[in-house]
Amino acid sequence: MAYSIKVMDHFTNPRNVGEIENADGIGEIGNPVCGDIMKLYIKVQDNRIVDAKFKTFGCGAAIATSSMITELVKNKTLEEAEKISKQTVAEALDGLPANKMHCSNLAADALQKAIEDYKRKKEKNV
Amino acid sequence: MRSIYLDHNATTPVHSEVLEEMLPYLKEKFGNASSIHSFGREAKVGLEYAREKVAKLFNCAPSEIYFTSGGTESDNLAIKGVAFANRRKGKHIITSSIEHHAVLESCKYLQKEGFEITFLPVDKYGFVDPDEFGKNIRNDTILVSIMHTNNEIGTIQPLNELANITKEKGVYFHTDAVQSAGKIPLDTEKIPIDLASISGHKIYGPKGVGAIYIRKGVRITPLAHGGHHERSRRAGTENIPGIVGLGKAAEIALRDMEDQYRHLKSLTEAFFKKLHEKIVDISLNGHSEKRIPSTLNISFKGVEGESIILSLDMKGVAVASGSACTSGSLEPSHVLSALGIDPAIAQSSIRFGFGRGNTMEDVDYVCEVLPEIIERLRSMSPIYTQAKK
Repeated sequence: MAYSIKVMDHFTNPRNVGEIENADGIGEIGNPVCGDIMKLYIKVQDNRIVDAKFKTFGCGAAIATSSMITELVKNKTLEEAEKISKQTVAEALDGLPANKMHCSNLAADALQKAIEDYKRKKEKNV
Repeated sequence: MRSIYLDHNATTPVHSEVLEEMLPYLKEKFGNASSIHSFGREAKVGLEYAREKVAKLFNCAPSEIYFTSGGTESDNLAIKGVAFANRRKGKHIITSSIEHHAVLESCKYLQKEGFEITFLPVDKYGFVDPDEFGKNIRNDTILVSIMHTNNEIGTIQPLNELANITKEKGVYFHTDAVQSAGKIPLDTEKIPIDLASISGHKIYGPKGVGAIYIRKGVRITPLAHGGHHERSRRAGTENIPGIVGLGKAAEIALRDMEDQYRHLKSLTEAFFKKLHEKIVDISLNGHSEKRIPSTLNISFKGVEGESIILSLDMKGVAVASGSACTSGSLEPSHVLSALGIDPAIAQSSIRFGFGRGNTMEDVDYVCEVLPEIIERLRSMSPIYTQAKK
């Protein structure tokens, strides 16, 4: 098993690590049994994701996919962001080892959850 | 950059004296040990000389040692071979839940073939309880397989106590001694085991060679059929260079056992003490004393194992983890799970496997680079909240 240079880059220098205070949406996914837990925070303005940060407990692939998705979503409309799939994230990282495609490629799911969370909160406020 | 190897439980480098001993058998002494001519006789001498050396490791007769392709084959032969040869007597086998996969999977295979397997639980240190063990032996129990020391946590089983119970009840006892061989004694005159498996590359010998001790009189069926090699218990032309290397490795292990024990104990003790001073929220998995001195399994709360391995690798330090990602499976280590360790803590474990080439400078170096790594990863972790030091 070997990671791509891009995966190692995002693992070594992850982008946008941290939390967003008063985030508009938070997506949490994973569990300790499978070894990966990710928490993604998004800030939304005018239907557009203007900021994203993450915290991840997980292997190299889990951290790299988390980092990559925060880059991918920035300045995307919610509709555009909703189209980001596991495949999109993996491709942006020049691929992932086969056994990591499902277990550690959680970022896309976390993003969908964060968007759902945002929409739920918005409905409540309306 | 420094390059520090701390994964000796996975494999070890071939000792220079071992390589020296092997080389003639890869060159001029290339004969087939079954041949009658001088080339064959020469190979045969190397084969039998190696057998004597391995026998000394177990304090048994050379005729009780059989060469195989490694630890996995030895485990398979012990378990399936005894099961098939004794199936008329009974179909019950006992093992522990923290065995190596070579044992566990052999047992699971037998389960499909109609055998009944009891997978004994272990306590929080990884010990099999002798009372519980004794209670599980039935009239139809034919074999027990309990490892000498565990590959992930290093816990040493009370083998003598366990083997005396089976001896009394007339049940065969096999031990997977792959991780203990050459590190701590396994004297078959003192400990009444019937079968034991070892591997060459775990004791500074070559890969692709192993051995099995089979006490005289044990009923066992071969798995590989063919020629009359290894007294018809393991057919196939003998891997003479490998076997010669294993013999030399066994000789060196026995010769240096006490020195190495002290060396490794001092390294691992210093290592754990230093780490404990520098990093909060770490815990030792397994028993602090009744373990092989070379192995330390440590959990770093809030940080997943593979992310530590990758980070240490970038600093030139090679370690392993029993956790999911490295082994390609999703579940946390079956060993740590059997100890009742919380999944998050199990996924945060690293196995430091020290060996004869390691020094106190290695200890210092790792203790220097590791705190930063853990701190960085913890700062990214959603499940870690800094404890007060």
